[in-house]
Amino acid sequence: MSLDATIDVLIAVLGGAIRVGTPFLFVSLGECITEKSGRINLGLEGVLVFSAMAGFGASYLTGLWWMGVLAAAFSGGLIAALHGLVCSLPRVNDIAAGIAIMGLGGGLAFYFGKPLIQPQAPQIPTIALGDWFGGGSGSGAVSSALSINVLFPLGVLLALLLAWGLANTAWGLKLRMVGDSADAARALGTSVNGVRIAATTAGGCIAGLGGASLSLYYPGSWNEGLSSGQGLIAVALVIFARWQPMRCLWAALLFGGAGALGPALQSVGVTGGYYLFNAVPYVLTLAILVWTCSPRRSLVGAPQELGVMR
Amino acid sequence: MSSTRDTLESIALPILALAGGVALFGVFVWFGGRDPLQAWGLLFRGAFGDAFSFQNTLQRAAPLMLTALCVALPQRAGLTVIGGEGALALGGLACAALPYLWAPPAGTTGTVVLMAAAALAGAAWVALAGFLRQWRGVNETISSLLLGYIAIALFKHVVEGPLRDPASLNKPSTLPLEEALRIGTIGSHDVHWGLVIGIVACMAAALWLGATTHGFATRVVGGNLRAAQLVGLPATRLVVTACALGGAAAGLAGGIEVAAVHTAANASLIVGLGYTGILVSFVARHNPLAIPPVAILFGGFLAAGSLLQRRMGLPDASVQVLMGFCFVLILASEALRGRLGVQWRAAAGPKAVTA
Repeated sequence: MSLDATIDVLIAVLGGAIRVGTPFLFVSLGECITEKSGRINLGLEGVLVFSAMAGFGASYLTGLWWMGVLAAAFSGGLIAALHGLVCSLPRVNDIAAGIAIMGLGGGLAFYFGKPLIQPQAPQIPTIALGDWFGGGSGSGAVSSALSINVLFPLGVLLALLLAWGLANTAWGLKLRMVGDSADAARALGTSVNGVRIAATTAGGCIAGLGGASLSLYYPGSWNEGLSSGQGLIAVALVIFARWQPMRCLWAALLFGGAGALGPALQSVGVTGGYYLFNAVPYVLTLAILVWTCSPRRSLVGAPQELGVMR
Repeated sequence: MSSTRDTLESIALPILALAGGVALFGVFVWFGGRDPLQAWGLLFRGAFGDAFSFQNTLQRAAPLMLTALCVALPQRAGLTVIGGEGALALGGLACAALPYLWAPPAGTTGTVVLMAAAALAGAAWVALAGFLRQWRGVNETISSLLLGYIAIALFKHVVEGPLRDPASLNKPSTLPLEEALRIGTIGSHDVHWGLVIGIVACMAAALWLGATTHGFATRVVGGNLRAAQLVGLPATRLVVTACALGGAAAGLAGGIEVAAVHTAANASLIVGLGYTGILVSFVARHNPLAIPPVAILFGGFLAAGSLLQRRMGLPDASVQVLMGFCFVLILASEALRGRLGVQWRAAAGPKAVTA
């Protein structure tokens, strides 16, 4: 590969870190809230696919991109609420329920999304940062790398807000208490299931924004292969980020970059290991899990009620 | 007495949940402006209506039995593994790739060698998830699904790259297996021997869990890890073995699909049989003896899917929606455990007094 091509790939990966990382950011923030309440939602993969479909459909039918974003958040919350309700029944394991929701969310999305595969829908607008720096004279690759969809800054704000809210508000304290000791929460008269259902639903709404970013920004269309495990990777990212919203942001950018590697190499003509390069995020996730987890001690920052960590 | 009631409940709850799932699917279809009665009728006819559809059902049930074992066996050792799809893909790939390296003897011996290669590939892949769990405490549900995605990427890379048959233009495939190495049909029916292999594997798994010390030890580890460690059971070895056996079953499913149905490894292998196997295992409550009938039921739903598509114009994801409803209700039905009995007792009580 020539130097120019290498630079092109680097720029594409950096730009892709934001473009591809946006869904990771929202799903991991959503999962962060859910897990803070002491429950895991593996079903966010299903939430992501369903909300991507719903967002695309709403944007297509109304012609308004922001209606698509709202619909994605709402439908994500709806599917996640189902997970929260099912998990609140006695003797229901949250991992098993997550697997079920993963399947149901995907099935419903493909069912309703069948007529949406062909059409185009109004997309989420971008902010062209390249214009501010280079006055529009920069090369195509640079300006495309620096054009950022409006959801990403929203995600950064959300991460900041969550980090602050978890540490400083009564809501945050209640959420963490339910996640760290359900008994203590019950003793103080807090409804453990109520808080968990609320947290799971809120997490689903946030993850739904990730779905909107998939179908309305990048790749910007609806098809059945739109999400292949991004939701699941984001769940693993939360473990890596030690349940801290700001670390979710950095982790999402790292994984966005890894996810952009395959398409970037393809765009400069390296097509040999296309499938292998696209598998890099999965391998990276697995490597990070092996590195982060430990069989002997519980992880620093892990909610104590989280079954998956016990 | 109470154990009879427990057994009855273990059969009644899943049946209730599945009936609920099918009913809910009808309502779902009805909301879309279609006739639920027609949908229910087609589901039944497409699955069990005549000899042709029933053979189709059995054909689809065979790999489901094996991929369900890939969930059931690790689950009995306490691990929720959902990587059956990846193990199936690698098993199919191993079966199709072995003849490139070494020509197996034609006939049954060669087929057995191919199946062994498929089982080994699947076993290694799922055992890895079990090993990561025991070694580093990595959650096996997440790792097995990630490994599944990696396996499918490897599969596509190899099938569309190094091992691609130049003659396969539209649908990249490996070279087809020689006629003599394929798995044939049972007598003059359309059903291949994979069905027998699936049922035998389920019975063997039940024997292993129920009648051997090793299987018993595995169940102890799955039931109470602390107790197992206190009595000195080698938990890591037992868990990894259970995962390997499950993975071997899923790998075998891939091998059988290649040797009996597709004759080469290609994208037709990756159609979600591993994911459906998860549901089959949960409905069967991870009991290997219950897996074959449940697999036949879901094989039937899969077979009926194309009929729903053709006759009612429903999307091909209809069956996936139906299975999603069934999965959620199966889990939710656990909440009723013990309560059905209470109602029976309450209903029986006054009668006993008046009599």
